Amino acid sequence: MKPAPFEYHAPTTLDDALSLLTEHGYDAKVLAGGQSLVPMMNFRIAQPAVLIDINNIPDLAYINAEEGGVRVGAMTRHHQSEISPIMAQHAPLIYSTMPKIAYPQVRTRGTFGGSLSHADPAAELPTLTTTLDAKFRLVSQRGERWVPASEFFLGLYTTALEPDEILAEGFVPELPPRSGWSLQEVNRRKHDFALAGVAATVTLDENDVCQNARLVFLSVGDRPMYAERASTLLQGQALTSEAIRAAAELASSEEIDPGDDIHATADFRRHLANVLCKRALEQARQRAQGQK
Amino acid sequence: MEATNQKIELTVTVNGTRYEREIEPRMLLSDFLRHEIGLTGTHVGCEHGVCGACSVLMDDQPVRSCLMFAVQTQGHEITTVEGLGTMDALSPVQQAFHEAHGLQCGFCTPGILTTVTAFLETNPDPSEEEAREAISGNLCRCTGYQHIVDAVLLAAKKKQAAG
Repeated sequence: MKPAPFEYHAPTTLDDALSLLTEHGYDAKVLAGGQSLVPMMNFRIAQPAVLIDINNIPDLAYINAEEGGVRVGAMTRHHQSEISPIMAQHAPLIYSTMPKIAYPQVRTRGTFGGSLSHADPAAELPTLTTTLDAKFRLVSQRGERWVPASEFFLGLYTTALEPDEILAEGFVPELPPRSGWSLQEVNRRKHDFALAGVAATVTLDENDVCQNARLVFLSVGDRPMYAERASTLLQGQALTSEAIRAAAELASSEEIDPGDDIHATADFRRHLANVLCKRALEQARQRAQGQK
Repeated sequence: MEATNQKIELTVTVNGTRYEREIEPRMLLSDFLRHEIGLTGTHVGCEHGVCGACSVLMDDQPVRSCLMFAVQTQGHEITTVEGLGTMDALSPVQQAFHEAHGLQCGFCTPGILTTVTAFLETNPDPSEEEAREAISGNLCRCTGYQHIVDAVLLAAKKKQAAG
């Protein structure tokens, strides 16, 4: 259980990191918090020839409130998000989920950009950023581009990042007034990767009619699974138990693609997705109505 | 690409002592502590970040030493279980684990002691629920955790009493 040899670089500026990444491309891996990459290297599932450690670049860790949302630097540790008043105020869905992500010793190291770039379909941050319609700034020596979360996660551990690009920061839009949110998941042990989970946001008008809803599932597909039809179904409706049940049924039967593994069967994951979806919508509705 | 023979000069402070070593970048922090500087109090369990036995403090924050390369600690301060107290003068957390029987075989204990030491600095008066959350990243196969939770709460009382 020891990593294979690699060439190590620890640049102190983003420009130097991008230059190294351009030079080494597919042979290189970027080391952020290392809480996913290093286990894979210990198992030798990953054997990068070159490791570009971006932990010594000082200006990549920040959580800034901006008009309409919050800007999060790639090297922001989960622990920083967990205790950030700005995150609590402007992105409460992310803030409240943070304590559920792994363990204290992992959250001190694990990073916002690292989790997104790793793109584990069982991880929370890819699903949360997809739910909140976040976008990411990808930089390379060729320039930069903003990619919405909905176009960033392409498959299992696969993203829109080109080999010479680094995810430098994300912008997470704030939910409008009278919005509610929820993340529901089932884990075999608390803090483990979820067997199935779902994030929901809803926005209500003054008559409690749903103006907008977004349902994104985790751990039931090869990427965050946006249930577009179920989300659309709720628009223009009061969020009654019947409406919620119909959306959960549609999403869990037709808009996810769970797999079988040692932890759970696909059928069981589908069942969990259905139940959790109802709970998530119920809690999101209650929060939107200001009951909770 | 050819396997590299790169060596890096590492200077790191562990338990207040400065160490300089020339190491391969692939050396894990856990192995550095045990094999290079002989601090075998840090235990190696799963080596993929699940068990928590290798937890140490980097700049007073708990980290998994099996999920860091030693070269990443350049210029940082590491605290291992050896840095918490001595045989003659246990730290309040160690004393509490002794009194509350917070261990049996002791394999997981160093990682728990370092983690709890950091936890009580930020949360000096935890609830039982918070104590359980604090040790959620540390597996223990002996105790059933109850005495560990008792020890964490006792340690908090001891630290408060000591001011």
